[in-house]
Amino acid sequence: MEIIVCIKQVPESTEVKINPQTKTLVRESVKGIINPFDMYAIEEALRLKEKLGGKVTALSMGPPQAEESLREAISLGVDEAILLSDKSFAGADTLATAYTLAQAIKRISQFDLIICGKQTMDGDTAQVGPSLAEKLGIPHVAYVRKINEVKTDSIILEQMVEEGYRRIKMSLPGLITVVKEINEPRLPSLRGKMRAKSVEILIWGVNDFNIEKEKVGLEGSPTQVIKIFAPQRRKKGEILQGDIDSQVEQLVNKLKESRVI
Amino acid sequence: MKTLDIWVIEEKCNGCQLCFKACPYNAIEIIKKKAVIKKENCNLCGACVNACRFEAIFIACKVPLEPVVGYEGIWVFVEQKNGKLAPVVYEIIGEGRRLAQKLGASLSAVLLGSKLEHLVDELKFYHLDRIYLVDDPALSVFMDEPYSFVLSNLIKKYKPEIFLGGATSIGRSLIPRVASILETGLTADCTSLDVDVAKRLLLQTRPAFGGNIMATIICPEKRPQMATVRPHVMKRAAKSSEGKCEIIKEKFAIPPFKTHYLDFIEDIMENVKLEDADIIVSGGRGLGKAENFIILQELADVLGAAIGASRAAVDAGWISYSHQIGQTGKTVSPKVYIACGISGAIQHLAGMQTSEIIIAINKDPDAPIFQSATYGIVGDLFEIIPKLTKKLKEILGN
Repeated sequence: MEIIVCIKQVPESTEVKINPQTKTLVRESVKGIINPFDMYAIEEALRLKEKLGGKVTALSMGPPQAEESLREAISLGVDEAILLSDKSFAGADTLATAYTLAQAIKRISQFDLIICGKQTMDGDTAQVGPSLAEKLGIPHVAYVRKINEVKTDSIILEQMVEEGYRRIKMSLPGLITVVKEINEPRLPSLRGKMRAKSVEILIWGVNDFNIEKEKVGLEGSPTQVIKIFAPQRRKKGEILQGDIDSQVEQLVNKLKESRVI
Repeated sequence: MKTLDIWVIEEKCNGCQLCFKACPYNAIEIIKKKAVIKKENCNLCGACVNACRFEAIFIACKVPLEPVVGYEGIWVFVEQKNGKLAPVVYEIIGEGRRLAQKLGASLSAVLLGSKLEHLVDELKFYHLDRIYLVDDPALSVFMDEPYSFVLSNLIKKYKPEIFLGGATSIGRSLIPRVASILETGLTADCTSLDVDVAKRLLLQTRPAFGGNIMATIICPEKRPQMATVRPHVMKRAAKSSEGKCEIIKEKFAIPPFKTHYLDFIEDIMENVKLEDADIIVSGGRGLGKAENFIILQELADVLGAAIGASRAAVDAGWISYSHQIGQTGKTVSPKVYIACGISGAIQHLAGMQTSEIIIAINKDPDAPIFQSATYGIVGDLFEIIPKLTKKLKEILGN
C-alpha cells in the first residue's frame, strides 16, 4: 500500500503573546515540532505498511527548516520525505495550501491512501484535509478514530461524530484525517535516527512540479488576516469564602441569580 | 491582483530614524522629520516595521476597494440528522439575520436531506426570506461527497455573497470541501462575525494558536465569503408567530459516490451530548481515579449536564477520549462549565474559555483555572460536590 502522510511543522508552544507596542507575535519558543495530530497520522501509516507492505511518504510544505520535521518522520520509520519550499508558497491559506499539496501529490502520482492529522495546533482550522481531497477528486473521511478493515480497493473506517461514531466504507484512493484516539505514536528507533541523519530530503520549489503561480502562496489565498489581537481576558472572578456549607450556599445562589436553575 | 505594499502613517511618524538605521537595503530616507520609503530599493523585508516603536510603518496586502458584484444574500447551512435540526442552526440563523439587516441583504436557509417537510414547516417561523430545499434519497444520511456536490451547485446557481455553517464535525468536514470546489475563502470556527457594509465584506474573527490570539479575516475578492461558526457562541434566532417564507425546491442528478455509510454506533456513556449541553461538569487529575467520576455524574444528573474531562483524566484512562475538552479534544461553549479538580492548563482553557460562567473547584489556590473562573471554591471536591448535589436536589426537586 502506498501511503502519503501530510505533516506540518508547528511552533512547539502555542503560547504566543502579542507585543502591545508592535502588535506583532512574540513566540515563547521558536523550536519547531511535528504538529501533534500528524504524529497519529504517521503512526497509522506505519502500522498499515507493517501489516500490508508498501511505502510511506511524508509530505510537508513550509520554510527550509521544516526539513527537520521530515527527518524526524524518517526517524520514526517513514521511507521518503518531500518538502515543498519556495518563497512564493509563503503566506498560503488553507485553499492555496491544499492546491499546492495536491499538485505535488499529482507529481508523486502513485498512492492509495493519504493520511492527515485532524487539524494543526497553530491554525486549528481542520480544513486542509477535506480541501485537499476535493482538489485531487478523491473521497475523504474526517475524524477517523479507527481503521477496521483494509482491502485493495476499499477501507472501512470509524468516524468520530458528536453522538458516537459512524462506520463508513470508502473506496481507494482516498483521504482520511485522524484523531488522537486512533493510536499511540511510537518513539524513533536508533536505526531510524541514523537513517534520518543521512537520508536525502527532496525539496521541491515552484519549478519542480506543475503549478499555476497565481494559485499558490499569498497570491493564491482568497482569505487574508487584517487584524490580530489578544483575546479579551475574562474578568477575574470571585473566590467564594467561608466554610463549605456557606460556599455551596453562595454558589447555589449565584446559579439562581444567573437563572441557571 | 494581490500585492504587498509598504507605507508610513505620517501622523504617527516622529522622524526618530530607528527604521532608517534598521533598513538593510538603504530604502528609507528621513525627509522633513518623516520616514519616506524608496520603493525601488525596498524588498518588503519588514525590518523597519519591527524597529518602529510607534506603529507608523505597515506592510500589508492592498485590499481592492470595489465590492464584488453579482452576488446577493446570506445563506445558512441547515445541519440535520435523522430529521432533527442541529442546535447550531438556530444560532447561525440568528446571526445571519443580524448581518443581513446590516447589509440590507436577504437571508436564506439551505436544507439538504430526505423527507424533510416537517423541518421546512419549522424553519418557516425563523424570519427567513427563502428556504432552498433539495430532497433526495441520496441525501438521507450525511456524506461529504453528495452533500458537497449539491451545495456547490446550488451556490453556483444562486450566487449568495455570504455562506455560514456550524463548526460541527459535519460542518468542518463538508464546508472545506465545498469551498475547495468553489475556489473561495473559508474561515474556520469563528467566534464573532461582523460586516463592513460599504465594502460588503464579512469580518470573520476566530481564535488561533490555541486561543492565545484572535485574528480577524476577510475574503475580499472571491464569493461567497464562507465561514463556519463555533456552536453555542451566537445568540439563537427568535421565533416569529407567522410562518412566511418562499420555498425553492431544487433537484440535481447526484453522481455515484465513493463513500458509503454502513452504520452508527451511539456512545452509550453519554447521557447528554457535550456539544449541545447547556451545563458541563468536567473532571481532571484531581479526581484521582475512574470511579470518582460517579460523583460528577450524580451532579450532572441533577443539572441535566454532560460530563467532560481534562486531558490528564483521559490519558490516565479514567474516561474515554470522546469526553476530552481542550486543544486536542472538543471545544465547548456551554452556559455553565464546572471544572472539578482541573488545574486549567492553557490547552484546556482553549477548549472551554468561551463558556458563559466558569465554576472552578480545586484544592490548590494557585491553580491557573481560578484566573478564568467566574466563581471559584478552594477546597476538597470530594466534600464540596456531594454537598452541592444534595443542595441542588432539594431545590430542583421542589
